[in-house]
Amino acid sequence: MEQHTPQPERARGLQMARSMCWHCQSEVTGEYFCDRCVKVQPVSKETDYFTCFGVPRRLLLDPQKLEAKFYELSRTFHPDFYQTKSADEQTISLSNAAVLNTAYRTLRNPIQRAEYLLALETGSVKDIRTSPPADLFEEILELQDTLEEYRASDRDSDQGHRLRATLQTEQEALERRKHEMEAQLQQLFADWDQLQDAGEATSLARVERDRILKQMRDLLSHRTYVNNIVNDLAATIA
Amino acid sequence: MARIVGIDLGTTNSLVAYMKDGQPCVVPDRNGRTMVPSVVALTDNGLIVGDSAKEHLTRNPERTVYSVKRFMGKGLADVQDELVYFPYHVTETGGVIRIRLGQKSYSPPQISAMILKELKLRVEVSLGESITKAVITVPAYFNDSQRQATKDAGLIAGLEVLRIINEPTAASLAYGLQEKTQGTIAVYDFGGGTFDISILKLKDGIFEVLATNGDTHLGGDDLDRVLVDLFIGDIRDRYGIDVGRYPDHMQTVRLEAERAKIRLSDELKTEITIDLPEDKGRFTRELTRDQLESLVVGIIERTLAPCRIALKDAGLTPKDIDEIVLVGGSTRMPLVRQRVEALFGKQPHCHLNPDEVVALGAAVQADILSGGTTDMLLLDVTPLSLGIETMGGVMSSLIRRNTTIPASAKEMFTTYVDGQTGVDIHILQGERELVKDNRSLARFRLKVPPLPAGVPRIEVTFLIDANGILNVTATDMRTGQSQSIEVKPSYGLSDTEVERMIEDSFKFAAEDVNARKLIEARLDAEALLKTTDKSLVDAGHLISQEEVQSIRATLAQLSNAKGGTDPRAIRACMTELEQAAKQLNVVMLDDSLKKSLQGKKVSELS
Ligand SMILES: Nc1ncnc2c1ncn2[C@@H]1O[C@H](COP(=O)(O)OP(=O)(O)O)[C@@H](O)[C@H]1O
Ligand SMILES: [Mg+2]
Repeated sequence: MEQHTPQPERARGLQMARSMCWHCQSEVTGEYFCDRCVKVQPVSKETDYFTCFGVPRRLLLDPQKLEAKFYELSRTFHPDFYQTKSADEQTISLSNAAVLNTAYRTLRNPIQRAEYLLALETGSVKDIRTSPPADLFEEILELQDTLEEYRASDRDSDQGHRLRATLQTEQEALERRKHEMEAQLQQLFADWDQLQDAGEATSLARVERDRILKQMRDLLSHRTYVNNIVNDLAATIA
Repeated sequence: MARIVGIDLGTTNSLVAYMKDGQPCVVPDRNGRTMVPSVVALTDNGLIVGDSAKEHLTRNPERTVYSVKRFMGKGLADVQDELVYFPYHVTETGGVIRIRLGQKSYSPPQISAMILKELKLRVEVSLGESITKAVITVPAYFNDSQRQATKDAGLIAGLEVLRIINEPTAASLAYGLQEKTQGTIAVYDFGGGTFDISILKLKDGIFEVLATNGDTHLGGDDLDRVLVDLFIGDIRDRYGIDVGRYPDHMQTVRLEAERAKIRLSDELKTEITIDLPEDKGRFTRELTRDQLESLVVGIIERTLAPCRIALKDAGLTPKDIDEIVLVGGSTRMPLVRQRVEALFGKQPHCHLNPDEVVALGAAVQADILSGGTTDMLLLDVTPLSLGIETMGGVMSSLIRRNTTIPASAKEMFTTYVDGQTGVDIHILQGERELVKDNRSLARFRLKVPPLPAGVPRIEVTFLIDANGILNVTATDMRTGQSQSIEVKPSYGLSDTEVERMIEDSFKFAAEDVNARKLIEARLDAEALLKTTDKSLVDAGHLISQEEVQSIRATLAQLSNAKGGTDPRAIRACMTELEQAAKQLNVVMLDDSLKKSLQGKKVSELS
């Protein structure tokens, strides 16, 4: 374990006032480097991941393009390329690279990407709570009982085999359900992108926007819930 | 920028490499051997390292340390089960293992530092320049404590460790440089003490690790132990002797077991011969490859589960892997190759030297850091999830395993009681639910201003840097002030202890082996050898045949002495060479004087 050198005063000040170079104090108009002294600039805390990757807030992103951008930005920020630079620049490169990696991890995964967008759009940074779909409530309660029973049973007994078979059927059913939800999500993603592309500011568009976000939130929450159960089931009967 | 070398600090063997004209090369000794056995022995003449130390394994087992890497970043309780296999004395102080050698105790980083110094010396002699910066490799599955211990070893050896890099990913760099291919590769690294699997995507010069897994306690050593147990049992049955009571014979058995294992990689059967204690004669038996394989197949299969997990984590199936790169001496075993081939459904790639590829890759990474190579970039991951202890002894994950590094996570802390002035934080690494099943990394106390419960807001940033090592910082969100954190490592040396060891290591160098004098003598000898060689080429024809002969002979003597460890012997040979070459130097001087006079007017001379 190593003590981390605290960020230089100047560099920290900069994250609040992004437009000034921490090193030469001239105005930064370029993306990540000062035009005058060519020093790397810290990614501002306010920069969201979409902006960081230079893509609009859309939910259907081309993974190839994301990857290409990730590689390009890695070449820009990775600490390997700052070994011969000043300590300040090394600190900035390290934290920029960490932000970049988080951004890519979030955007690369369609589910995480949607959750992140929801948080951005609805202003809530809290994680989306997982909840079971209402129509599955009974079924899931029953399933939990069966799981308990199976865990307590002798796996090689007749009862064990029977319970296992039941659980397997349940797992398959839930997996199908998960895929259905993912298909629905995919549709919502497309709806969202279309709405954004249209860029209308009518009240109708606002209603549509709220509908999409609300449905997306519910679906994401249900999907995660079901996904957790599927994983749990798979681990138990594996 | 000063030269940075790449070092493979292995359980069994260590190597040093550097970049020469865009190609990495390992540094051999004068016999052409590139591997330095990772063995340190205390002899009457002080500490020795490498091939010569290896000879002491059977002669002087209590004072000869091998496989010390198994103890890096560990506490005694972690290694209790295998202590019976080690003839040297292992204890623990302050959560860190200590190894007793004569009157002194050494931590594993100190022993490793001796190996590093040997490598440092080797490359310094070869290049004729002083080396202070290095990239050192570690198993990908090493945790934070083990990485930190490796960094400490570098410091103690007088090396600034610019990067800790994972062994399989280092291998992938060397592979990528040579093969210039794109696609998805799996690097299967099975050495003496550890096993690693890494899955990477190679594209446009980027080496992106998708997933890694492994076992830091699984290697060729474990295969040898199975044979050791077999032979000891045999000897007990046949002669009623418990070899376990004779540390020197235990080492003989262990070395013979390893040799037999290695021979069986090429042969189908082999003869084992072991001298017994108390002049009870000689134990012999035959061992076939089939027998060996049936004994160790279980151990080899233990490498397959990590491979499957890595594939799963990468979201891939075996058929998505374009190439399997084999690294480490144990991959020479036919059974290992069969199992790997069966798992991935294709033949592994065997064109690289499995012993050298890690060191070569470390040299490539060193070149990247010094700005030489700019088209390649390694994006590695953290092998283990990082988290903190929460209520009820449960670990809450902050950074998941296989997250690309550098990686950071922020966590907000507050108080539960009015006026509370501190929050204790316990950092863990591992994949299990409960704190007790994971690895404790460190603890620290967050300072909090006394305020009503819930009011303080302290944001702690956990950052895993490109070495895979954790850094912690904290900021009071109300005041914006950052606070320094005193972390207490659970299994590591404190900063002050490392500093003391660095000092000790210099003192020790001055007192014990005169290592410094030796370095200087070797460097001077190297320079003298070079100039004399050149003089012979330039002016050898100006002196008599006998004189040339005598210079040649003294040259050979010096080059021989230079390979030894006695600085006085080197100096003596140097004086002799200077004597022998006196006439040569005189005629050279005359010759050059004549040449410089030619074409000048007499008037200019007076
Ligand atoms: N031909 C071989 N067949 C089987 N095992 C071998 C062979 N050559 C070396 N080994 C084993 O490989 C291990 C050393 O491999 P190496 O890659 O140098 O290890 P490390 O990286 O841990 O130092 C030892 O356990 C040794 O016995
Ligand atoms: Mg190795």
